Amino acid sequence: MIRFENVGLRYGLGPEILRDLSFSIDRHSFQFLTGPSGAGKTSLLRMMFLLLRPTRGLITMFDRDTATIDKDRRAALRRRIGIVFQDFRLLDHLTTYENVSLPLRVLGKDEASYRHEVVELLHWVGLGERMGALPPVLSGGEKQRAAIARAVIARPQLLLADEPTGNVDPNLGQRLLRLFIELYKSGTSVVIATHDIALMDEYDARRLVLHEGRLHVYD
Amino acid sequence: MSTLEPLERMAEPWDAGSSGSMHALAPEVPSPIVPSGSIAGRALTAVIAILTFLAALTTGAMMMVVGSASDWQSDVSREVTIQVRPVSGRDIDADVRAAIDIAQGTAGIAQVRAFTKQESAQLIEPWLGSGLVLSDLPIPRMIVVKLLSGARPDFAAMGKTLAAKVPSATLDDHRGWIARMRAMAETAVAIGAAILALVLAVTVLSVTFATRGAMATNQAIVEVLHYVGATDSFIAKQFQRHFLLLGLKGGAIGGGAAIALFGLIEAINVWLLGTPGGDEAAALFGSFSVGIPGYIAILVLIVLMAVATALTSRRTVNQTLDRIERE
Repeated sequence: MIRFENVGLRYGLGPEILRDLSFSIDRHSFQFLTGPSGAGKTSLLRMMFLLLRPTRGLITMFDRDTATIDKDRRAALRRRIGIVFQDFRLLDHLTTYENVSLPLRVLGKDEASYRHEVVELLHWVGLGERMGALPPVLSGGEKQRAAIARAVIARPQLLLADEPTGNVDPNLGQRLLRLFIELYKSGTSVVIATHDIALMDEYDARRLVLHEGRLHVYD
Repeated sequence: MSTLEPLERMAEPWDAGSSGSMHALAPEVPSPIVPSGSIAGRALTAVIAILTFLAALTTGAMMMVVGSASDWQSDVSREVTIQVRPVSGRDIDADVRAAIDIAQGTAGIAQVRAFTKQESAQLIEPWLGSGLVLSDLPIPRMIVVKLLSGARPDFAAMGKTLAAKVPSATLDDHRGWIARMRAMAETAVAIGAAILALVLAVTVLSVTFATRGAMATNQAIVEVLHYVGATDSFIAKQFQRHFLLLGLKGGAIGGGAAIALFGLIEAINVWLLGTPGGDEAAALFGSFSVGIPGYIAILVLIVLMAVATALTSRRTVNQTLDRIERE
């Protein structure tokens, strides 16, 4: 699904923060991406989401070399990936329902065609009673679940989550993890970036560990 | 992948009983992707309204100057004057009649009228005072010759005939005055056009910067739309439509206020017509009307504001997307 070969990344003229990354994310797989704060987890996720270009190496995504594709093709590839940002990135003027349905709306789909699906997903993530609420009045956990629902509503093949439990208590963190596991079981490949050891101990999965710019894979 | 299908068959992973009425709280009408009533949007509307109003006033004033300059010029060029000087040994009344006949015999003349002695006295009254006995003074007589609209009489032939038959008469075709009037009118129009161009440039630049300012508050929306897979053209279209409407609204308020003001001035002008003050103002400034072309120019200005706003928003969106892509 995604393949990194000798990928390196540097910001501007600074030192290379990620070096010689070679790994792949397979279809229907679940993995944690971990490492200390500042190790480059978010940068790696952004490269996987085509928001950052590597300074060297090759990234292949859905059998395409990402260095040679144009903007429209990048947008099309991005639509096959869902992402949950650490800071949620919900739009404050849209209701929970509208935020979650945004990926379908931007595809030009008629609201009636996806209404049932969005409502059902919102119930599934426990936001059935908060559909009309605006993000500023949602709790941290509710925002997180709304962001996850938005990331999966268009049925992406890969879900990337950046510190999804970073702003919630351990109990809610475990519940969110269960949500990701259910998504994985339904066929979505999942990459969760986290430095929460306790969370990773909850579920036996592949670990991608970033340390001093290099990636160590523990299958 | 059919991500949700297995999920739909599963029990809810979240708290049981969290479901309620399936559609109870989902909004019936989706909110616009770009918020319509933001503070930045209202401020931009106000800026556009004020700038459009000022630019429309300048445009209207410019149209009035052009109209008045043209009126002055055409008023002067629509008539010529024959002056008959008193010469000893000649009957001035006979000379006046002969000059009138020559003028009336020339093609392109609408009306010929000699000033009476009384009218001649009134002409020089400001300098010499009232109660004059004109027969005691060698006062020349004036004949006003009005031209047919659009006609170009042969003044050279008319002047030669006058010189031959009425040696005491001279023809003044106002050429010198027309040249001065034209120079003055052209100067006034050039100054007006330069001021209008500056005002329009400042207006468009101000609207551009104000739009960029308003767009700065929408950066997050551009980014989120990009992240959820919207194409660049979809994002640009959302903002362009929103800002086109903002521009039209602001332009319509400012331009509408200017149109109302010009209409009011025109109405007051018509109401004052015939009064001494009104006549003086009309003589100096013309009709005080911007006319149909002026109102059309203001409408064009409103559209220009809206287009400048929309294009700036589109450009800003594209710059934001380019910045995201370059990272």
